[in-house]
Amino acid sequence: MRLELRGITKRYGALVANDGISLDVEPGQIHALLGENGAGKSTLMNVLYGLTPPDEGEILVDGRPITLRSPKDAIAAGFGMVHQHFMLVPVFTVAENVSLGEERTRRLRLPERIGPVKLPGLPSIPSPMGLLDHRAMRRQVRELSETYGLRVDPDARIEELPVGVQQRVEIIKALVRQANVLILDEPTSVLTPGETEELFTIMRQLKASGRSIIFISHKLKEVQEIADVVTIIRRGKVVGQRPPTATDEELAALMVGRQVALRVSKAPAKPEDVVLEVSDLRVDDERGHRAVDGVSFEVRAGEILGIAGVQGNGQTELCETLMGLLSAVGGSVQLDGRDITADTPRQRIRRGIGYVPEDRQADGLVATFSVADNMILDVFDRPPFARGIALNLAAAEKNATGKVEQFDVRTTSVETPVGTLSGGNQQKVILARELGRDLRVLVASQPTRGLDVGSIEFVHKRIIEERDKGIAVIIISAELDEIYALADRIAVMYEGRITGFRPPTVPVEELGMLMAGAGAGAGAGAENGAAPASDEPAGESS
Amino acid sequence: MSEEPAASEQPIAPDEEPVTAPDPAALDLTGGSPDVPAAAPGERTRQPFGRILIQSIVEGNSVVVTVLAIIVAIVVGGLLIAFTDPTVLSAWSHFFSDPGHAIAQAWDSAAGAYVAMFEGSIFNPHTVAAVFQQKSLGTAFSDGTVSQVFSPISETAVNATPLIFAGLSVALAFRAGLFNIGAQSQFIGGAILCTWLGFGISLPPFIHVVVCVLGAFVGGAILGWLVGALKAYTGAHEVIVTIMLNYVMAYFLSWVLGTSAMQRPGRSDLISPVIANDARLPLLLGSGLRVNASFLLALACAVGVWWLLTRSTIGFEFRSVGANPNAARSAGISVTRSWIWVMLIAGGLAGLASTAVIQGTDFSLTFQSYGTYGIDAITVALLGRARPLGVVLAALLFGALHAGGIAMQASTSTPLTITTVIQSLVVLFVAAPPLIRAIFRLHKATARGAGQSLAKGWNG
Repeated sequence: MRLELRGITKRYGALVANDGISLDVEPGQIHALLGENGAGKSTLMNVLYGLTPPDEGEILVDGRPITLRSPKDAIAAGFGMVHQHFMLVPVFTVAENVSLGEERTRRLRLPERIGPVKLPGLPSIPSPMGLLDHRAMRRQVRELSETYGLRVDPDARIEELPVGVQQRVEIIKALVRQANVLILDEPTSVLTPGETEELFTIMRQLKASGRSIIFISHKLKEVQEIADVVTIIRRGKVVGQRPPTATDEELAALMVGRQVALRVSKAPAKPEDVVLEVSDLRVDDERGHRAVDGVSFEVRAGEILGIAGVQGNGQTELCETLMGLLSAVGGSVQLDGRDITADTPRQRIRRGIGYVPEDRQADGLVATFSVADNMILDVFDRPPFARGIALNLAAAEKNATGKVEQFDVRTTSVETPVGTLSGGNQQKVILARELGRDLRVLVASQPTRGLDVGSIEFVHKRIIEERDKGIAVIIISAELDEIYALADRIAVMYEGRITGFRPPTVPVEELGMLMAGAGAGAGAGAENGAAPASDEPAGESS
Repeated sequence: MSEEPAASEQPIAPDEEPVTAPDPAALDLTGGSPDVPAAAPGERTRQPFGRILIQSIVEGNSVVVTVLAIIVAIVVGGLLIAFTDPTVLSAWSHFFSDPGHAIAQAWDSAAGAYVAMFEGSIFNPHTVAAVFQQKSLGTAFSDGTVSQVFSPISETAVNATPLIFAGLSVALAFRAGLFNIGAQSQFIGGAILCTWLGFGISLPPFIHVVVCVLGAFVGGAILGWLVGALKAYTGAHEVIVTIMLNYVMAYFLSWVLGTSAMQRPGRSDLISPVIANDARLPLLLGSGLRVNASFLLALACAVGVWWLLTRSTIGFEFRSVGANPNAARSAGISVTRSWIWVMLIAGGLAGLASTAVIQGTDFSLTFQSYGTYGIDAITVALLGRARPLGVVLAALLFGALHAGGIAMQASTSTPLTITTVIQSLVVLFVAAPPLIRAIFRLHKATARGAGQSLAKGWNG
């Protein structure tokens, strides 16, 4: 099926979210839409999926113009959409979710006179006393799953499945509805690197079967890897179309509208005294499993320690323990030689630990609070923001106005609820708050996850600036690019342990081995310990 | 593909980007929210149902929806009044022979009931006429015809006062993310202490009033603190604890009123001695009207709660704990301490509701003095969208409905229970904003902040 968009324009009041966008998607093509958050990609897809009617322009399928009034029309036209936030019922099984809306039924044999029930204003009930045909539903899922290598168990309950599998269920849902054009909206933003690879394999198989895929993303690497054609959108307009062989710099420049440094330049670290010392830390997670199992490291002033590792190997718990959100089962954390293992989060904040949490919306911000309120979330009870128990709103506003400018937060005002800002701007609000205090240590977990190229550059720059001011920085990231870009020293975590410390010159393959647990043995640690010994002789084998 | 060769081949100059270019934040405010910020990837934050409910009540409803809900409730209530009236029904049985009569009967019935309600709760023109029939203004004051003019409004205020206190209690807890279903138990706690201080000790006039009021606050605060502490230290859910405490306190009240310490001498039923005259709250508009200082105290508390929530560090803590406890904790706020404090203050406020009853109107405690204030407080807080001003207005509305309902029952054949029906309808419609929006073809409120967690998904 050949899909053409002709001059799609969509306005929201004075703002033009889509400005005359034209796009051709050939059958069997993976067409990437590249653009920053807020560039208008999602609006375009909502137009294509019948969720918002365009103000101008037309959509052609195989040369025939079609009108989409609702997602139903879009589905009928052969479009399938996988949203960033899945539309699944958590307590239903895969098969039930897939068939939801078009349940297969078996006819219960009833006397004819009962006949199909029709109520005015309601969709007709397909078959009287129709019984759900679970067997057919399961079979359908199994067949599709086998055809495309999706590996989904039709009887698994959604809530028990990892995110990557849930996404595949969404894909199956679209396939069951005969989708010829699959729209994947930022599909990789919720996936681990491994899951992303699996998704790409599936996408290639779908492509081989003649389906076309519109792949929305702001990640250059992925686009280059999977797409056949890359269309770049900026501020609602198509600013260019490139083959996937285009360079990072070219794509990034088109996306952001200026030259972007993909790798922020930084001077060599000048490590000074040890600021934070973690020794033999052991932490249990909520379910009582040992999540951090005897981790020891130290961070010096003026250096960045990057903690690499596949997500879920204890990094989250390590972070939360450093902040006092989880309590350690054993071991100690020392800040400037003082034991802070038993301190509350507030005491640690007062002692100068800054924290950029992994999940900014869940742990970093109060979405309904204004930008100004979020910027004083950790200092609201101290002068100048508090006089006794009275808040000084003027001081909070002044503080926010200054920081909005300093950190280039794009917001209409400091009174805007922070939940309405884009991800990058939300992250800037957190950084502005955390870096606004006198810090000794900055703990930043996944500081650029979900951010676009321009914001990543900004966040990385600020983190390096903090390092150069003499702050001890810990970066926890699952993205190796980020670790390489920032870290002066790399520690790799695997199953709650640190499997090795390496200098940032370490080859990716070696890090990959460590992330898979290969360096856990004492031999590897001792053998490689000699190489980075110049800046970190001790630590890994303790 | 080659539709826009010019655009696609344009070199990207750094100065191309306009300074005032629309940014994503601005886009989001337009209501269409083309690019709602990506949720934290990886895990989807699963919010408990309770928090979503609280937030959609606090954030979701606009004032317009609330007002329209009240209007719809009154209209539906009117239909109910009309069509439960036997004369109307008999007129409608002859609808086809005389449709005008049937409709007129229905109108008369509903309008008559509402007029009686209005006269009983706000203003009765006949009382003004009575004033002018007096020989002079002096005699009008002395024989009470002037106070008759203000009698309806006074009754509305009297009925609203306990609801303001208790509604503030529920609303405050709401804002910190807690459901305080226990205003009843806190009321009882306050009432017992207040009554005992009222008849058990003797103090100079003004001081006695103050001591009793403080006693009511402390009595409620102890019960509120208990709930907060149980939640903070053991994780017991406040809804279960407060509901159970309602029973515990109701039975405790029955027991304590039967003991020699609290039972009125010479009585076998469950009633306390009358409190001392010194402990009674001063009347505001003379002896003929029941409105008393507790109404002013309630308004002062509303201002106090407003200040606490919006202008104090404590309220900032409460609100952040209510809106996102994880972020609050990460920012160094002690969530458990906030729970304890907010329940302590909320309990105290519910306790204060008992002063309006014990020191303001009844002067003694019975085994059912707590009435339905505990449940009504929840509806008042919901209707007032958990905001102090909203609570005051909602409490006044309910107070007026109650005061008017009594007058209505006296002068028309409509039973008092219809006011309960109207109250319930108001809450029903407020709780179902989509229904109201559909009836009045309102556009959906812009999803922002917490509402987003419900609204997003289509945007990504």
